[in-house]
Amino acid sequence: MALDQDTVRRVATLARIKIEEKDLAPMATEISAILGWIEQLSDVNTDGVAPLARVVNMTLPMRDDVVTEPDQHEKILKNAPQSAEGRFFTVPKVVE
Amino acid sequence: MSTLTDLTIAEALSGLAAKTFTSVELTDAHIAVSEAARPLNAYITETFEAAREAAKASDARRAKGDAGALDGIPVGIKDLFCTEGVRTTAGSHILDGFVPPYESTVSGKLKAAGTISLGKLNLDEFAMGSSNGSSYHGPVISPWKRTGSDVDLVPGGSSGGSAAIVAARGVMAATGTDTGGSIRQPAAFCGIVGLKPTYGRCSRWGIVAFASSLDQAGPMTRSVTDAALMLNSMAGFDPKDSTSANIAVPDFSKALTGDVRGLKVGVPAEYRVEGTSPEIVALWDQGIEWLKQAGAEIVSVSLPHTKYALATYYIIAPAEASANLARYDGVRFGLRVPGNTLDEMYANTRAAGFGHEVQRRILIGTYVLSAGYYDAYYLKAQKVRALIADDFRQAFETCDVLLTPTAPTAAFGLNETNDDPIAMYLNDVFTVPASLAGLPGLAVPTGLSSDGLPLGLQILGRPFDEETVIRVGGVLEAAANFSARPTFGQGA
Repeated sequence: MALDQDTVRRVATLARIKIEEKDLAPMATEISAILGWIEQLSDVNTDGVAPLARVVNMTLPMRDDVVTEPDQHEKILKNAPQSAEGRFFTVPKVVE
Repeated sequence: MSTLTDLTIAEALSGLAAKTFTSVELTDAHIAVSEAARPLNAYITETFEAAREAAKASDARRAKGDAGALDGIPVGIKDLFCTEGVRTTAGSHILDGFVPPYESTVSGKLKAAGTISLGKLNLDEFAMGSSNGSSYHGPVISPWKRTGSDVDLVPGGSSGGSAAIVAARGVMAATGTDTGGSIRQPAAFCGIVGLKPTYGRCSRWGIVAFASSLDQAGPMTRSVTDAALMLNSMAGFDPKDSTSANIAVPDFSKALTGDVRGLKVGVPAEYRVEGTSPEIVALWDQGIEWLKQAGAEIVSVSLPHTKYALATYYIIAPAEASANLARYDGVRFGLRVPGNTLDEMYANTRAAGFGHEVQRRILIGTYVLSAGYYDAYYLKAQKVRALIADDFRQAFETCDVLLTPTAPTAAFGLNETNDDPIAMYLNDVFTVPASLAGLPGLAVPTGLSSDGLPLGLQILGRPFDEETVIRVGGVLEAAANFSARPTFGQGA
């Protein structure tokens, strides 16, 4: 399956990665080569095969829905590139 | 003092208990080697001063009779494990300046057992690679060189820093993580032991996630016994990881009985892959012979879907990575590159913060999960994965373990890497299938290539049967008697 530049541009937008125009073509070539190699999976007959959901047979445990780590503002914000008033992450303006 | 760095963990624990030396002495000796090994670029962050303090505290605990299972043992931590108060990078630019306010469960358990961390070890960016060449912090150089050659070799990846510094004797053991072979392949390239436990054996909590249905932490050491001792302290149920297994953790070192009589060792026909070095095929035959001589029964088994494992992996792993790496958005931690809008800030940050291999995998993952392609790629891959897992299940009806090569070739040169990503992916041809099935795998160094580089074999086992894997590994280790030392540290 060959990917064109428009598809790479669209996928990059979905993935929120800025790709320069000049880099679209080489990236499309690389990804197309990998997807072409992956095509071999169409040789495998998977009729009636259930997709694997977990590798080890176990039931996910339930836990009580309780707060275990209250008020961690300081720790959580400590690594933020920008924050305000010790309470909030800040981002570029999103409402006009 | 140099001999202290040649000890195994088991020997060092005896020496510490007998007061032949202190943890301070043991730690200082390993710091000295680690300093001398700086040209290998194995560390991203050194914590030597903290290690010296921790060693003093360890000696004090031991004097009071309070020593933990691995008290005073110098180790390194792959820089994918979050460590409280110590920078954690995942080998990426996008985590710039990130200092975790918490400790990963596995590194925390090792600390609680008394180990002394000398620092955070280099790796491929987000553990995506087989050469350690994708690290933002530069490649790691293997402590090994070919006979009569000065060409720098790769240590393998993604746990390349871990493998290199254990082989160079800068630490006694290191943590690794294995998603498709990232413990076992670098262990093979560097001539050390690498153990990927069963998926769920060790908690993934606090480990920077790559592909959550595959990632598993494990030890990298210079002996099988040491791997067992490390796993004793790393394994166990963790309520913070809902996929960690709530089953008892045995004393894995007790599995090393040296007795494999009557054990059935499967040899999968499909692992005779084209492109495998003839020396590795010969070593594999030698390994079969060693186990036969030790009383094991060799059985031929078939894993018919083996050849589809890599393609399956390169759908599932990027798909899960694209979801896991969505969190790096420039808002909560790490790098932020400004933009006029929120979306522009995200896109600029992720363009600057992720390296090429990571970007490509995120794009592939996003594509195979996107509307219209999910069934053709992701669902198809999960179905083939079920067939691969079923191959193993059927094989283990007629055998107890499988014996295979670990990697198809010895280590390659830093500048001999092919630009073709698929050629690089083929390094993991023997390790990826067991990752997809969640099975335990142990890489053991068993010989040298004609040009003096380590080669290894891999033992695969049933889910949660690390004990049998370790038992066979011990026998293989004893038979191979691998005693070659890397070029680094030989007074050259």
